[in-house]
Amino acid sequence: MERRTIFSDRLLPILLVLPQLAITIVFFLWPTGQAIWLSLTRADPFGIRVQFVGLENFWDLFADPLYTATVLRSIFFCALVAAISLGLAMLLAVAADREIAFRRFYRIFLIWPYAIAPAVAAVLWILLLHPQIGLIGRWLNALGLGWDYKINGGQAMLVVILASAWKEISYNFIFLLAGLQSISASVVEAARMDGARGFFRFRTVTLPLLMPTVFFLLVVNLVYAAFDTFGTIWAMTSGGPGKATETLVIKVYRDGIVNQDIGSSSAQSVVLMIGVIALTALQFRFLGRRSGGE
Amino acid sequence: MKRRTLLTGAAALMASPAVLPKAQAQSGKTKIVFWHAMTAANNEEINRIAHDFNASQTGIEMEPIFKGSYAETLTAAIAAWRAGQAPHLVQIFEVGTGSMLAAGPAVKQVWELAKETGIQIDPKNYLPAVRGYYSLADGRMASMPFNSSTPVMWYNKDAFAAAGLDPEKPPQTWQELVTAARTLKEKWASRSQDRMATTSSWLTWAQLEAYSAIHNLPYATKADGFEGLDAELRLNSPGHVKHVQRLLDMAKEGTFKYGGRDATPDPLFYTEKAAISFCSSATRGQIVQSAKFRWGAAMLPYDPEVIASPNNTIIGGASLWTMTAPKRTAQEYKAVAAFLSFIGQPAQDALYHQHTGYVPVTLGGYELSRQQNYYEKAPYADVAIKSLTRGTVTENSKGLRLGRLPEIRNIIYEEFEKALQGQQNAKQALDSAVARGNVVLRAFEKSVKS
Repeated sequence: MERRTIFSDRLLPILLVLPQLAITIVFFLWPTGQAIWLSLTRADPFGIRVQFVGLENFWDLFADPLYTATVLRSIFFCALVAAISLGLAMLLAVAADREIAFRRFYRIFLIWPYAIAPAVAAVLWILLLHPQIGLIGRWLNALGLGWDYKINGGQAMLVVILASAWKEISYNFIFLLAGLQSISASVVEAARMDGARGFFRFRTVTLPLLMPTVFFLLVVNLVYAAFDTFGTIWAMTSGGPGKATETLVIKVYRDGIVNQDIGSSSAQSVVLMIGVIALTALQFRFLGRRSGGE
Repeated sequence: MKRRTLLTGAAALMASPAVLPKAQAQSGKTKIVFWHAMTAANNEEINRIAHDFNASQTGIEMEPIFKGSYAETLTAAIAAWRAGQAPHLVQIFEVGTGSMLAAGPAVKQVWELAKETGIQIDPKNYLPAVRGYYSLADGRMASMPFNSSTPVMWYNKDAFAAAGLDPEKPPQTWQELVTAARTLKEKWASRSQDRMATTSSWLTWAQLEAYSAIHNLPYATKADGFEGLDAELRLNSPGHVKHVQRLLDMAKEGTFKYGGRDATPDPLFYTEKAAISFCSSATRGQIVQSAKFRWGAAMLPYDPEVIASPNNTIIGGASLWTMTAPKRTAQEYKAVAAFLSFIGQPAQDALYHQHTGYVPVTLGGYELSRQQNYYEKAPYADVAIKSLTRGTVTENSKGLRLGRLPEIRNIIYEEFEKALQGQQNAKQALDSAVARGNVVLRAFEKSVKS
C-alpha cells in the first residue's frame, strides 16, 4: 500500500507537526543543549561566575575511582533487575497463557504493580522489609539473620533490586503474554505433532519466535533500571549505606540538585545520554536486521 | 520522551522558569515573600508570626510560602535567583551558610540591609553561639538567626530505672556513657528485639561537628573555614578518631545502633526503642507529644581524656537570608528589615522559642522566658541553651564556615557506614572522608573564585 499525501498546501502539515516539534525542542533539544553546555563549565551554584573549562569535568569524572565504581555498580544493578524481571515475567506469562481457571483475574493482578508510582512502591517495600517495622524484616531478624539494609550494603542492594524488578514484571508480563498469544497456534500445533513438548518445545519453538519481544523488553528494561528506578532507590536507601546502592542517576541527582555541582552533574548526564543513545542504536540495528531478514 | 527529559533533568530543572511570587504592591501595601522549610507545627508557627507581623504593620504584607525540605528550599531559591525572581527572604539551613556567603550579589547581608534601610539590628542582642555561625569574621551579621537548636542527649528515665541506673544522673562523660550503655543493653535492651541502648540522629552534626566544638578540636583549618576558602578538613585528628572508633566499638558490642542518616533515627527515642539518643534539642516538642515514658535531657557527654573542661556545642537549624532581584525597591528591603527586627523582639523570640522548642536566638528572648518561669514549667527546655553557653566560645566552637558542607556530611555518612560494615576502621574512614571532603572544598573554592 502506498502512502499518499492528502495535503494540498504546506502550511497545514507544518501546523500539525508544530506542537510535537515544539515539545521536542522545549523538553528535549533545549535541555540537552543546556546540559552539554553546562558540562563544559564550572559554575558556583548561583551561576554568578561561570568559567569554561572544556572537558575538565569529564576528566575529573573518569579519574575518580568512585565514579568508575558507580558505573560498574549501575551495570550490575541494571543487569540483575532486567534478568529478574524478565525471567519472572516470562514464567508468569507462560503460565497465564494456558487455559486455567480465573485467568483474567490473575492477569489483572499481575498488571497492577505497573500502575504504582515508584516512590509508593518503595514505601510498600519498606513496610515489608524494614528491620524494625517491616513484617518480613522482623521475621528475618527473629530468625537471627541480622537483617538491616540500612547498615548492610549487600542487603540494601538486594532490596532495591527486588523492589525495582518487581515493579517492571507487570510491564514485561503484558508484552510477553501478547507475544505468546501472537505466536500462531498452527506452529505450536505442528511442533506438538512432531513430538516436541515441555521445556524443549518452549526453547526451540516458542522462545525463538518470541525473541524480538524479548530483545525489545531487554532494552526497555535496561533503560528502566538505569533511569526510572530513581524514585524507588531514593525513597528506600538514598544510595546508601555508604555508596552501596548509588547508581548513576542517583549520583546525577545528588551532585546536581543536592550538592549544586552543576558542571559535574551535567557531565554525568551527558555520559548517560551517550549510553542511552548507544543502547537505542543497538536496538534499532538489531530489530531492523531481524525484520529485514525475515 | 519522559526518560530523555529525565536524562537532562538536572539541567532542565535549573533552567526551567520556576513558579514564582510577584512582589507587587497590591492595595498599596508593600508585599514581601518569605520562603521557608518548616512543616507541621513549625509551619503553623511561621503562619502565626506572619499574621502577628502583618497585624503590627500598616503598609507591609508578608506572605510565607513553604518550599519543601531545607535542601529543596535552597535549590528553589538558587533557581529563582537565576531567573531574576528570588523571594525577599529565604530560610537556609546552617550548613548552607558557606555557600550563601559566596553568593555575592544574590544576597544582601544583614549588616548591609541595616545600613541601607537605617533600621537598627544590633548583633549584641543575639546569643554569641548563635550569631557567630551567621556572622563574618569581623562580627558583622550576614544572615538573621531564626530557628536554632543544638544536639543534646535524650534519655529514657524508665529504662535507666529498669537497668538500675540513677534516672537523675545521666552520664556526663563518654567513659560513663559506655558503661551505662552496657548496663542498659544487658538489663533493658536485651528484653526486646527492637530495643537498643544508644543511637544517634544527625551523626555528623552531633558526633563530629558538636564533638569538635566541645573538645576544642579544629574541624577544619583557617578557624573552621571562617578565615578563608582554602580551609582543609582536620576531622581525622587523634581525638576524632578515638571518638569514632568508640562508636564503632559500641556498635560492635551492641551498645550503639546506627539508625540512618540525619533525623531518621529520631523516632527510635520517643517510641521507646532507644534508651539514650543524641538528637536535636528541637525534637522536644515531638517527645513531649509522643513519649509515653519518663524522659530527661542532658548536655552531650565529653571525653575528659581529650579536654578537661568542655566547651559549648554548635548550633544547627537555619537562618534567614535577604535575597536580591532586579527591580526590587528600597521600600521592599525596608519591609524585610522591619520583619527581621520584628522577630528579634524579646516577646516574639520568647514566644517562638516556647512554641517550637528551638532555642531563643536573642538574649532578651531568653531573659523573658526565664522571667515567665518557662523553664520551671517546661523541664529540660533550657538544656540546649546551657549547652550552647557552656565554657568559652573558641574558634573551634563558633560554627563551621565551609562551602558545600551538606555534601561533606554525606561523604562522612558514607565512610562511617562503610566502617560500620567492617570494611574499614575509624582512622581509615576519617582519612578517607578528609581526602574526599577536601576535593569538594577545593572544587568549591575554584567555583567561587573568579
